[in-house]
Amino acid sequence: MREQNQKLALQFKNVDFHYKNDAGGIPILKNMNLSVADGEFVSIIGASGSGKSTIFRLIVGLEEQTGGSIYLNEKRVTDRSGKVGYMPQQDLLMPWRTVQQNAALPLELHKESRLGRRAVPDLLEAFGLKGYEDKYPHELSGGMRQRVSFLRATLSGSNVLLLDEPFSALDAMTRLFMQEWLLEQWEEQQSTILFITHDISEALFLSDRIFVITDTPFTTLKEIEVPLERPRRQQDSDKKEVMKLKNNLLEQFRMRV
Amino acid sequence: MKNYLYSIILITVFLMIWEAGARFVHASFILPAPTEIAIKLWELKAELLLYHLPVTLAVIAIGLGISLVLGVILAISMNISETLEKAIYPILITSQTIPIIALAPIFVLWFGYSIWSKVIVTIIITFFPITVSTFDGFRSTSKELKELFQTLGASKRQLFFKLEVPSALPSFFSGLKVAVPMSVIGAAIGEWLGAQAGLGYFSRRMMTQFNGAGVFAPIVVLSLIGILLFITVVLLEKYILKWRRS
Ligand SMILES: Nc1ncnc2c1ncn2[C@@H]1O[C@H](COP(=O)(O)OP(=O)(O)O)[C@@H](O)[C@H]1O
Ligand SMILES: [Mg+2]
Repeated sequence: MREQNQKLALQFKNVDFHYKNDAGGIPILKNMNLSVADGEFVSIIGASGSGKSTIFRLIVGLEEQTGGSIYLNEKRVTDRSGKVGYMPQQDLLMPWRTVQQNAALPLELHKESRLGRRAVPDLLEAFGLKGYEDKYPHELSGGMRQRVSFLRATLSGSNVLLLDEPFSALDAMTRLFMQEWLLEQWEEQQSTILFITHDISEALFLSDRIFVITDTPFTTLKEIEVPLERPRRQQDSDKKEVMKLKNNLLEQFRMRV
Repeated sequence: MKNYLYSIILITVFLMIWEAGARFVHASFILPAPTEIAIKLWELKAELLLYHLPVTLAVIAIGLGISLVLGVILAISMNISETLEKAIYPILITSQTIPIIALAPIFVLWFGYSIWSKVIVTIIITFFPITVSTFDGFRSTSKELKELFQTLGASKRQLFFKLEVPSALPSFFSGLKVAVPMSVIGAAIGEWLGAQAGLGYFSRRMMTQFNGAGVFAPIVVLSLIGILLFITVVLLEKYILKWRRS
């Protein structure tokens, strides 16, 4: 297992949040606490509409919590825009920009030094995009578009990456390869990843811990440690303990369908 | 070229029928044959192209130029402020219900036979498609992309130039493609109603002399201007929106 120091990358302390509507509000988080250690890979699973994306929107500052505070790298940050790498649910590439221009957007917005830009060609290669630098998004496969989007999140320069159902639109095969690839990148870059998915096997294969949303609004998330060593291979998911966990989780969700 | 084959056939057939009809009616002051028009065009080429064409082109260029600036500024203002949108949009629509032909003589009264009476007519009929389509373009900016820019800490200025402007461009060009042929019509109407030079004016003068072919010759030049301007915009669009080519 990759070494994790005790530093916290992300922490929610007594966070309240509700969306405003005519009836007053839709409560999502109630006095919620959560911590993620630096270097951890954590997945969040839950039924759709349970508030997974909302947690991310709070972290990136698209929504403002109604109570409590959110800490990034152990600092309380009120204006969180530009502080976290965020890969939204759709790949959201700009059709008028090439692969390279799409990926380098964060550097462009922050007038990054040449130093930052110099890393781009190497990263494009590491992300399997060499030779496609000048292609437009509509010329790429789904897996490639996701990689561009992920590279863009990486180039935001933050140690915390939020990935919202990044692989849900991919076919099963591509998805398996992308999962292995994502783990490699994560090990390489020593980043902290929060990963939303509604695929239990995906969460088990990727994560150190899984947060399960069982009820909305929620105060705590049910935590599950994944009993697998790293580095992992897809076949590790067939181990007995993992299968048992998977069946348990499936059972839990079955009750709510 | 193959794409235009059917149009070319259709036009040729149409011209042949016209030619036959005109020879049969034999009243060239109301229905000149295409060949007569062509001959007239050749006879008048120096006067039309060197004297009247530059006058009309100036009206088109100034009118279209002002429309572009005005249309884009209006679209940006409406995009920035909802109050401005509510104030401007209804006026914009109303401006299109004005019967310009009826109003044009008033512009002649105001501005005399100067270029401005024609420019105003051109502006009134071309700024509308430019404004509305550019505004629609701004509005089509994806909300999700806006949020993405926000999470990357983009400034308002960066959001505008790097996201909203590129999002609005395709729609802007659609508007421009509508406006360009209309600018030719606007200039011609303006000149028809009061001018001392220009292709529209020349056509009208020939009308008073019952010179049928002379009425049509400048109109042929006008429509060629329209086609050329349109092609220019299409080429510019292809170049600027090259990402749409697959
Ligand atoms: N902008 C919004 N305004 C009001 N309600 C919203 C908004 N966004 C999401 N919701 C509601 O909040 C709940 C949680 O949404 P979300 O976090 O997107 O769920 P998930 O990502 O788990 O599918 C849903 O019931 C959704 O309808
Ligand atoms: Mg979601």
